[in-house]
Parts: sequence; C-alpha cells; structure tokens
Amino acid sequence: MNVRLYLWQRGTAAIMVPMILVHLAVIFYAMDRPLTAEQILSRTQGSFAWGLFYGMFVLLASIHASIGIRNVLSEWGKLKSGTAAGVSTVFGAALIVLGLRAVAAVVLPAGMLP
Amino acid sequence: MSATWRAYRRNILWNAALIHRLSGIGLAVFLPLHFLVLGLAIEGAGKLDGLLTLAQMPGVKLAEAGLIFLLVVHFLGGLRLLAIENLRWFGGQKWIAISLAVVSGSIAFFFLIHVL
Amino acid sequence: MSDTVSEIKVSLWRGGSDGRFQTYTVPLQKNQMVLDIITWVQRHRAPTLSYRFACRVGMCGSCAMTVNGRPRWTCRTHVAKVVRDGKIEIAPLANLPIIKDLAVDMVPFFEKGVAAHGTFAASKTRADVIEPIKPSEPARRTADEAIECINCGVCYAACDSVRWNPDYLGPAALNRAWSLANDVRDSDGPGRLVAISAAGGCHNCHTLHSCHEHCPMGLNPTRSIAGLKRLSAQAFVLGKISL
Repeated sequence: MNVRLYLWQRGTAAIMVPMILVHLAVIFYAMDRPLTAEQILSRTQGSFAWGLFYGMFVLLASIHASIGIRNVLSEWGKLKSGTAAGVSTVFGAALIVLGLRAVAAVVLPAGMLP
Repeated sequence: MSATWRAYRRNILWNAALIHRLSGIGLAVFLPLHFLVLGLAIEGAGKLDGLLTLAQMPGVKLAEAGLIFLLVVHFLGGLRLLAIENLRWFGGQKWIAISLAVVSGSIAFFFLIHVL
Repeated sequence: MSDTVSEIKVSLWRGGSDGRFQTYTVPLQKNQMVLDIITWVQRHRAPTLSYRFACRVGMCGSCAMTVNGRPRWTCRTHVAKVVRDGKIEIAPLANLPIIKDLAVDMVPFFEKGVAAHGTFAASKTRADVIEPIKPSEPARRTADEAIECINCGVCYAACDSVRWNPDYLGPAALNRAWSLANDVRDSDGPGRLVAISAAGGCHNCHTLHSCHEHCPMGLNPTRSIAGLKRLSAQAFVLGKISL
C-alpha cells in the first residue's frame, strides 16, 4: 500500500458516502413491498439519472473493493505483491464489467436490451 | 492454543478493525453475485423474478439482514477511519466504535423484523 | 526478609524459532516483577538462559518480552498482576528474529527506523545563530508528543500490520518520522516524505491501535501515523512526491 493506492481507496470511499446513504434509502424503500422485477424495472428503466448514479457507484465500488482485496490478499493470503496486484486488478475489472452490465440491464429501456 | 494466544489483540479497537476487514471481504464476495442477479434482467423480467421469489424465504431474508449489517458496519467504521485520518485526534474512540457497531446491528435487526 | 508465599509455574521460551517452552517451578515472593523471576530461573535452574535487561527500573526498554501473550517491559510487570492459575508464559518479542531464548535481534527494527528517515538532518552549523523555538509552538508541541520513544520494540511486536507485512516500517519508525517531520530545524522533510509514502510506509497502518494500547511510554503512534497520512496525501496531491 502506498500513497497513490491510499488516495484512490480513501477518495472513492469519501465520494461513495452520500451514495451509500441513497442506496440504503432505496433498500429501505423497497423492503416495504414484495421484491419483484416489475417493482425494480418500472422505476429504473429509461432513467438516465439512475443509470448515471449506479454507473458511477459501480466504478467507485469496484476501485475501492479491489484495492481492499489487494491488501487482504498480500497480508492474509500471503501472495507476493505483484500477484496480489494482478489478482485484485482482475477482480476489479470483473466487478466493473458485471456491474455496468447490471446497470444496463435495469436502466436500458426494454426495447434496447439484446 | 494457550489461553494467552495473541492476547495483545483482546481490545475493542483491534476488534473494530477486524470487523471492518471481515465486512469488507464479505461485501466484496457479495458484490459479483449481486451484479449477476441484477444482470438477469437483461434476459427479461421473468428471469429476474424467478430468482427474486427466493427472496421470500426466511433464510434469504436473514441473509439480507446480515448483508445490511455488513454494509452499514463497514460504512460507519469507514467514516470513523476517515475521521481519524483527516481530522484532529479525538478521544472516546472505543465508545464510538461500540456505538457504531450497535447502530449497525440495530439497523439490520430493524430491516429483518420489517421483512419477516 | 522475603516472604515466600507460594510457587508458580513459569514457562520460558528456550531455543531459536524452532524452540519450545520449558516450564520451571519458581518460588513466588511479594512484590516481584517478571524480570526478577526470569533472573531467579537463570541463577538457580537454567544457567544457559539468554535474556536482556539493563536498567531494571523502567527507563531503557531492554527487557521487553511477550508476557502471557502481550509485549511489555518485564521489569515493570508485577507477577501478581499477570499470573493466571499459578502460571506465566514468557516468550521473546514477536515480529523479530529470535537469537536465543528470550533475546531477539533488534537490528531489523533499527534498520526500519533508518529507512523511515528517522534521524535528524541538521540545517544549520555551529557557526549559525541558534534558532529560538518555544516549547509552546504548535509544531514543537506535536513533535514533543511523540518524542519520548526509547525504541524498546513493544509497539512493533504488538503490531499485526507488521506481522502481516514484513515490509511495513512499523509504528516506532513512523512515530519517529512524524516527530522529526514536525521539527522545524530538520532539513530532510522531502526525503522523509518519500520514505513514508512508498510501499511499506505509513499507508499500511490499519489503525489496529495495538501500538497505542501497549506503549509503556504512553505514546500514540496511531495518532502520529494518521498525521503522516495527512502530510503524505497533501504532498502527493500537490505533486511534491514522486514515487
């Protein structure tokens, strides 16, 4: 861990603070009704705002989580620093791909889905 | 393992740091699964619904409450760390750490009894 | 006159890293320190026992060992306070190579102190006018809060970030770096910033607080390291450090 990785991790954390509060609000709003695809999609499909919000959230969380996992892999997993960096980068990239795909899945209007 | 193994770890703030790390790992493991489930909507609402009906099971609701605990405790613990690292040193950190853990547990418990 | 109250079983680490605990039965007297017990064992039971001490009055830090799982000064630890079920377990300090029995090699610890640029670099010579610095000045107060470290190694032994990352400079080295970073006379600020910002530097601290919890001098390396993180982040963002 050096100052560059530290700033990326703490920086993404700081920006995510208000986003986590929004996400928790969404969760608690949703818990009052049965969770169905229609409930979710009727609010998110076609929404540029949700797309932007959750798209950013995915990027920030992926960076934050991958740096954290890098520390865990080298400190607890005993991986060498290069290996830990490689594995955590792959993990972060996977999160970005899966995450943006999920955002697209719930935000893109029905007609635009493949 | 003797009664005094790693006795130097037996204090509140060390355990607060451990909870922070463990909750981070838990969330990191959960996140890809979360994305995969939501991504099912690409195949149409039906596929997603198929999985969401599982969310009616009490075991799943318990797991959801656990995840909410992980999220909130990691978030609040992270705020405590950001405060330590960016503000002037403040006392009462053991009390703050305990309170944050209690708040996290309460929020998760509130969620659980609400959805069960 | 000494009152022999009872006996206790004292387990001492014998050998190197592949050694084992050996248990001795020791007469327990009133007001004994753990160091007294170790010395009794060496004099009466185990003449080949290796251990370190010097001042035996809580000033030098030489007698630091792991007592019942916690790193502490054995000359300042009352036996009565740590004995559990009539037993005490004493091991060498953690996170450092064992030379023999209860003595560890402190060289890696001191080397990290140097690697963190934990030495004062003068900016003036004896020919210059002495710079007046009031003890009440904020930077001096901050430096003085961290300056009483005697390099006993207890914080280093208590730190799991050190245990999990052998490259981590550790709480003592970084605490010293923070003290010097606040010394207005010091001229090695830039070099020190790079040293504590690189891999192995202050950012490996996970705020476990073990250093703060165990320091026999009551110092707070957690606070010092948080200060270094702020300094380092600021300098990096302003382009003053290149890694």
